[in-house]
Amino acid sequence: MTSDTAKAPEDGTTRRSMISARELTKTFGQGETAVTALDNVDIDIRENEFFTLLGPSGCGKTTLLRLIAGFELPTSGLIQLDGQDITALPPHVRPVNTVFQNYALFPHMTVSENIGFGLKMLGKSSGEIEARVKQMLSLVQLEAMANRRTDQLSGGQQQRVALARALAPAPKVLLLDEPLAALDLKLRKNMQIELKSLQAETGITFIFVTHDQEEALTMSDRIAVMRDGQILQIGTPKEIYDKPTHRFVADFIGDINILEAQVEGTEGDQTRVRLKDGTTMLARSTGADTQGHCAVALRPESIRVAQAGDTPALTGQLENLVYMGSAHNLHLRLGSGEELVVRHGGSTEGLDLSPGAQIGVVIAPGGARVLA
Amino acid sequence: MTDTSLTLAEQESRRRRRQTRRALLAPALIIILAISIMPLGITALYSFLTPGTYGGVIWEFTPDAYVQFLFERDIFDGTLQFNDSYLTIYMRSIGLAFGATIGALLIGFPTAYFIATKPREQRNFWLFLITLPFWTNLLIRTYAMLLILRDEGLINLSLMGVGVIERPLSILYTDTAVFIGLIYTYLPFMVLPLYASLEKLDFRLVEAGYDLYANRFRVLRHIIAPIAKPGIIAGCILVFIPGLGAYITPALLGGGKKLMIGNMIAIQFGSSRNWPFGSAAALILMALVVIALLIYARSVSKGARAHG
Repeated sequence: MTSDTAKAPEDGTTRRSMISARELTKTFGQGETAVTALDNVDIDIRENEFFTLLGPSGCGKTTLLRLIAGFELPTSGLIQLDGQDITALPPHVRPVNTVFQNYALFPHMTVSENIGFGLKMLGKSSGEIEARVKQMLSLVQLEAMANRRTDQLSGGQQQRVALARALAPAPKVLLLDEPLAALDLKLRKNMQIELKSLQAETGITFIFVTHDQEEALTMSDRIAVMRDGQILQIGTPKEIYDKPTHRFVADFIGDINILEAQVEGTEGDQTRVRLKDGTTMLARSTGADTQGHCAVALRPESIRVAQAGDTPALTGQLENLVYMGSAHNLHLRLGSGEELVVRHGGSTEGLDLSPGAQIGVVIAPGGARVLA
Repeated sequence: MTDTSLTLAEQESRRRRRQTRRALLAPALIIILAISIMPLGITALYSFLTPGTYGGVIWEFTPDAYVQFLFERDIFDGTLQFNDSYLTIYMRSIGLAFGATIGALLIGFPTAYFIATKPREQRNFWLFLITLPFWTNLLIRTYAMLLILRDEGLINLSLMGVGVIERPLSILYTDTAVFIGLIYTYLPFMVLPLYASLEKLDFRLVEAGYDLYANRFRVLRHIIAPIAKPGIIAGCILVFIPGLGAYITPALLGGGKKLMIGNMIAIQFGSSRNWPFGSAAALILMALVVIALLIYARSVSKGARAHG
């Protein structure tokens, strides 16, 4: 397939597009009180992909999901599902199912009736429904709960019923609206792995909405980071983490140090920048417009404490030493007054880690990135 | 009281609390006894007595009133013959009340849904409009309805004005008029419980229904209606039971030609001067309603057990 967006796949896959949105805009309200929830969004989500829409609340990720489900109609723009224009179709004729944030299980039906509801509405025979419900119950390991009422289930079990109910009609796309938000941490971790393997097993395109960056990194094939109704970056978790193209993306995903700087000039694919305390360093260019003022992004794990013989790239005063179990986080105060967090993985023997000690650090090759 | 671990003081204070509770309940119990159970007892007693010639009762016990409900005593040989005229009135009343209940449900459900889906701060205004008719006396409202329904009334004049009909439809003094009147009178009793249950409805369930390939009608049938069932049933009971015993509406809009149970009973205490039969008719009506409610209650508890 041909993609006319600038965000062409970088991993070289040629899978066809399952969901394509073009210039999608959604405005709520009118006149002065109008709010633009989605601003001219282009997106291509591929077949058999675990795709995550990631962003803080109010970024438009849920609106995008609801437009795909058909609960809202776009103010302008186009949505295609598997090559077919579905922009104006009502939700009940779209081969798309949703797992709702609070599950929205039907309280007047048993677990089996909930799971079979979509099939019943599609007019399947009762034998077919029964067989499929059984299959779904075993898929989510709830065979024993078939005739329970939904209010007799735990949160995790309700979650599985919601999943089974949405998967039973074998939709082309499964939409998941923060489905793990209501679960406790341990259950959430388990469900993340289960969801991921369920996606691989069924081969259905999953579109997952979350504000939890860790969840997004763990589960997704690709992630779209959103803010203020726009998509800032689309890429694999590794691309998003290692090569953020936007300051917001870098800051939102994982821990990162962001230092203010001025562009001095370019040297190959590197940019020479001058930090506020006067030190200059080379940082990887990201193609963003970085004339004049810019920022340098440094992951804590791509910085290490300078050893004897190293030339420190930066020096700071140790303010805090935080024990993280497998590593120490060193909080340094730079000459510019900015804070720099360094993750020190090895042993601390032989290092002067007393409060106020001057500590030099070395940046791994390619570890510094220039952001607009 | 056998709990020996309690000190005497504790036992004393418990006893006193129990006494206080009884004293506080007493007014309510007395009122229930005086205005509910006693009149019922008197009615039951009267239904087994003999009618007095000028009204009232003569203290001679007889089941005649109940026999009279289904049979007629031949004036010549005194044999009993089956008489369905009272039964017919009951059937007509049940039919009219049932029809009015369905009509009120069909009008009341969209109304209640409309209010329940309004923004929270607007709902009270719409509920206020629903309860507005209660500010006016039922008799006056029924006369107003009479003016609307009559041959030169609002409906006929406007229909003739736009040329739909040439001659006025005679609605007044027919079953149709009684039917319309009953729906009008009892509609708020349908809307309010329906609203109460629809207001609690989680509209994400409606979305989930659409998402799972149900169209509007099927979402209504398979999701909204079952969840709103308690409200639907409460509304139906609140319309059907008073509708069954309605007096003013059939008296005014039915022109007194077409009797309903309420009018028939009133006549027994008035011009017919047969208090025992009036009492018996009232008790039979009550028995029918109670039986219907019991059947319903049983089917509900069965349904709940089947789910459990």
